[in-house]
Amino acid sequence: MSVLAQLATGLAAGKIRVVDLTETLSPEFPHISLPPEMGQAWPFRIEEVSHYDERGPAWYWNNFSCGEHTGTHFDAPIHWVSGKDLPQNATDSIAPERFIGPAFVIDCSKQAAADPDFLLTKPFLLDWEKRHARIAARSWVLMRTDWSKKSGDAVAYQNYDETGQHTPGPDTDAVRFLVEERDILGFGTESIGTDAGQAYHLRPPYPCHYYMHGAGRYGLQCLRNLDQLPPTGALVVAAPLKIRNGSGSPLRVLALVESR
Amino acid sequence: MLELPKRKNPVLRTRLPTLPPAARSRIALGLTAAAALGRFELQQCRDCGTVQYPPREACQGCLSIRLEWKPQSPEAELLAATVLHHSNDLFFRERLPWRLGLVRLDCGPTVVAHLHERVAPAPSRVIVAAKLDRAGQAVLVALPDKEANMAEDRQLREFTCDPKFRKVLVTDGKTALGQAIVKALAAAGADLIWVGYAEPWKKFAGFDELKPLPQVTLLPLDVTDSKNVREVAAEIGGKVDILVNNAEYHRTYGISNRPGVDTARAEMDVNYFGLLRLAQEFGPAMRSRGADGLASATAWVNLLSIYALANFPPHGTFSASKAAAHSLAQCLRAELRPAGVRVINVFPGPIDDEWNQLLPPPKITPAALANAVVKALQEGVEDGYPGDVAQEWLARWRDNPKALEKELST
Repeated sequence: MSVLAQLATGLAAGKIRVVDLTETLSPEFPHISLPPEMGQAWPFRIEEVSHYDERGPAWYWNNFSCGEHTGTHFDAPIHWVSGKDLPQNATDSIAPERFIGPAFVIDCSKQAAADPDFLLTKPFLLDWEKRHARIAARSWVLMRTDWSKKSGDAVAYQNYDETGQHTPGPDTDAVRFLVEERDILGFGTESIGTDAGQAYHLRPPYPCHYYMHGAGRYGLQCLRNLDQLPPTGALVVAAPLKIRNGSGSPLRVLALVESR
Repeated sequence: MLELPKRKNPVLRTRLPTLPPAARSRIALGLTAAAALGRFELQQCRDCGTVQYPPREACQGCLSIRLEWKPQSPEAELLAATVLHHSNDLFFRERLPWRLGLVRLDCGPTVVAHLHERVAPAPSRVIVAAKLDRAGQAVLVALPDKEANMAEDRQLREFTCDPKFRKVLVTDGKTALGQAIVKALAAAGADLIWVGYAEPWKKFAGFDELKPLPQVTLLPLDVTDSKNVREVAAEIGGKVDILVNNAEYHRTYGISNRPGVDTARAEMDVNYFGLLRLAQEFGPAMRSRGADGLASATAWVNLLSIYALANFPPHGTFSASKAAAHSLAQCLRAELRPAGVRVINVFPGPIDDEWNQLLPPPKITPAALANAVVKALQEGVEDGYPGDVAQEWLARWRDNPKALEKELST
């Protein structure tokens, strides 16, 4: 049996589960906030075109609008200034095979629960590798924080105070390690942004954006259900919309997980 | 003194709104145009000086056609009073008995006026004012003195939109202005105030001070989100007596100082489409409650801008969004009129806030603007121009709109 036939059989038999890592797009879902004098991403908005009514008697459909970086979304390298001149750096030009890769799920949920400003470090990753496996090249590294469990409460999910946002993320060395020493596809988080809420104060500011995109790698954010993934062995499919020269896109992120 | 109306029995029928006679000649609308601004004006002959009433084409003294609307003294004497016990007009029929009087103005004419209950038996001194009735047309009322409270009078309450005992929605409590409006409404005796706030995760100064006010209920409301507006209207729309739409998006610059249309679009989305969404979702319920007892649906207040009249190029796209909102508010006024619900447009000059940081004073303070909003409701005007800048621009605009445009473009 071919590999794909085995996959199809496994899916049909329920031996391979499909875990949805995607938040539902809705107007209530919190969106990224920038200082008010700057340009702003549109939040998700939806307007009914018709609902089996005089506007369209037998059909229901909507118009929606949102920014490229809304809800569960993909960041392409062109999103950041460090990746602006790279080849294949936009949603339409990235080779499609790079949207699919194995997932290495780093469980930081206890640390993030204790400290919303928790930063994932290189020693933490090395320790994780000792306990699980070496992070493979061309893989998605997903930072599990269980932050998505707050997504029904926009205030807790955004977690702003007078000094700004407080959400977990990677530190500079961890990002450089993943890019330079492990050659990963991209980095995914459960909060808004692949960087920590206070990453503006790291050097450089927003290191995950700076180094990941500067090296032609990708970001996934506002993921959920990472607690349903094994530390290793899941396969992630994360294909953004094919927007010409797009810097990112909302997308459906699926993980295939083999039942033991 | 009116007392807080008893809670309404929710299974009783809500009567349909009726309006007093609304037909006016084009000339008679001059009285309404002045009353809409809270002014008492009558025609006066430029040749012989005779003050005219009712409004007419030619002077009743010398037949000159050079008649001009001018502010008149409100001082007058009540000559005779009567009580109406029968009327075939549906509006008055439902409100009988109704007290009327013949009043001679010190400036000349004798007029028929609605009488405040505290007006002493004739002959007695009174103050006459032109007020908009529920049909939005000017009528004359006689008050015992300048301090007389119309909202406390059973008859004259019909001509105000007083927030006392009423339930009010303020659409944005996140700004200093929104907070000042809430406090001013509470001080004016509003029974209940819903306060909307968008993007709840963003901290904003002063908001927490609203929570302890016993009248206040905070609720997430984002006028750019149709679904949210629909849901909030479904929840409270049937109880809102006064809607104050102060949600506003304001950035500086005109066309060439800022690339792209996103900021202008955001201004339109809040300032114009926000009003449209609110009007579509809250309008129907308010229309059905125009005659719901002492605390009926009564008014809709729009925070516009003096820039709605003439574009202020340094804030050019904001001006355009406010002009669009002004136009839509006129449509809303026409659509709410059959229910007797008044649309009040407030046109302030620059507010002393974040987005007018670089404009020199005078700038109207949030507290002064909030008081102007409450006063507009109490006095039942249709258009308010609070503050020195707004008054000055209004005078220039009324005098010569083209001249104002030229002045603003230099």
